[in-house]
Amino acid sequence: MRTDIQQAISPFRELTSQLTITAVICLTVIMSAVFIVLFAPWLAPHPESSILTDESFALPGDVLLLGSDFLGRDMLSRLIYGARVTLSLALAIALIAFFLGTALGFLASVKGGWMDSALSRSVDVLISFPAIMIALIVISSLGSSFTVLVITIALIDSTRVFRVARALGMDIVVQDYVEAARVRGEGLGWIIWHEILPNALAPLAAEFGIRFTYAILFISALSFLGLGVQPPHADLGVMVKENMQGLLYETYAPIYPAMCIGAVTLSVNLLVDWYLKTTDAALPEEL
Amino acid sequence: MTLTVLIARRLLLGVLILLIVSVLVFIGTEILPGDVAQAILGQGATPELIETVRERLGLNAPAYQRYFTWLGNLLTGNLGTSLVSQADIADLIGERIFNTVLLAGITALIAVPLAICLGLLSALKPDSWTDRIISTVSLSLISLPDFLVAILLVSIFAVQLGWLPAIANMRPGQDFFTIARMMVLPVTVLVFTVLAHMVRMTRTAVINVLSSPATEMAILKGVPRWRLLFVHALPNALAPIANVVALNLAYLISGIVVVETLFNFTGLGRLMVEAVTTRDIPVVQVCAMIFCSVYVLLNLVADVISIVSNPRLRYPK
Repeated sequence: MRTDIQQAISPFRELTSQLTITAVICLTVIMSAVFIVLFAPWLAPHPESSILTDESFALPGDVLLLGSDFLGRDMLSRLIYGARVTLSLALAIALIAFFLGTALGFLASVKGGWMDSALSRSVDVLISFPAIMIALIVISSLGSSFTVLVITIALIDSTRVFRVARALGMDIVVQDYVEAARVRGEGLGWIIWHEILPNALAPLAAEFGIRFTYAILFISALSFLGLGVQPPHADLGVMVKENMQGLLYETYAPIYPAMCIGAVTLSVNLLVDWYLKTTDAALPEEL
Repeated sequence: MTLTVLIARRLLLGVLILLIVSVLVFIGTEILPGDVAQAILGQGATPELIETVRERLGLNAPAYQRYFTWLGNLLTGNLGTSLVSQADIADLIGERIFNTVLLAGITALIAVPLAICLGLLSALKPDSWTDRIISTVSLSLISLPDFLVAILLVSIFAVQLGWLPAIANMRPGQDFFTIARMMVLPVTVLVFTVLAHMVRMTRTAVINVLSSPATEMAILKGVPRWRLLFVHALPNALAPIANVVALNLAYLISGIVVVETLFNFTGLGRLMVEAVTTRDIPVVQVCAMIFCSVYVLLNLVADVISIVSNPRLRYPK
């Protein structure tokens, strides 16, 4: 029993022993982002949408720690709530994209034949569109509700996960232990769950990080264009858009939300980079 | 399989993909929404009025018939009229296309050579200080949103220093100097957006070639370093690099949409965003078809280059 636990934590211990300063900083940023998302209502000093001053783009002071936005609302509180919307949407997108992409990707690699061709060709068709065009076309006809946004971006994102999962699966399927499992008469689901998934876990974890940042950037860009999150909700991209005027008054109003997005995406990507280097895992190339 | 057959097949595939893209654009914009007539007339429309508009727009015909009419019109240059402004779409996009091509063209002219040079520089000595700096900076640029780079540049060069205009509102009749000044910031932001991916992928492609047995042989033969790079490695890396360039000019498309909106640039990207906002379906369709066709063509060119640059395919077996 004890050896089991030791075995389970040993790769984790190996990772923590090789932490670099960059990795620690990135982890701290990500942990604080998670903390903010979870406890937003307790952390925000003021309500999200109450107008506290007549002054647009007021300078930072004792009450408004980062000043006010274009309507005189508290910048800091809005950042906290905005980050919550952006990060939860991105997490939902990344999770859906991931389950869809890996499940279908592994299925294609294990089954091969017509199943593989059908799935791969469908993905090829989706990939022959620029991602932003798919999003704009769908939004122009269905509008931009949370559901439409999450499902559309998740679908776009899952094509890339599919290709990674399929390529990883293809390498694993030809191994002897998979052949042995097949000869033993194990089912399709069993092979995917017990043989393929555990052996593809390290690169998939890295890919998850990359997909998560992609989702954050995509949803923020759409919101910035005015086609993502709609009022009365606000995410960080909306905040950049609505405070753009602030630049002309030489305030940092639009820079704060943009920096928040950048801090999270940069941390996740640098952490993924560190993780790939320390675990010697590699994502399949030429995708 | 000879070279010509391969290229012909790839071209045919390109045409097929374009057709599929047109079907999907049509389905996505025309069949999904409840009713275009309703969208034009707004909530308070009477059923009779909606029926008249449906009749006038030919919406009562079956979907496949409407698709072929639409595609036929598109191919013969009859782009239709905007639902919102009633303007001829050909007039709407005419000037904007020129502006967008100008923006994208200048960006590509700067970004492609720069990215290939930086990628080569970084691949020459992997893990050297130059490589580490180039890699870290490009990874950071990939991770940051396009508009963060744009906002920082605008706040420094347009607001604080006042050297350049913060918006690039292109109008007919502006002189060359005004246009040039307006283009600097949008082009810089776009170069940053595409550069990073291109540098990283060029680096990987060149490192792959440099670690091949053929290169090792050349090193053992005592070939000078510049000759090794330009005569032995670069021709082999050409196909992957061409792919990288085409792929990243595709990133340019999403970058263009954001940057045009940000700088109030009179281009196709902003036109499309406005059309999506007002649900001006015919304009969305035309813009989407233009952007998607360019994307498909870029990928086609990349594939043809990689076919042509592969000597193994030049002679039939």
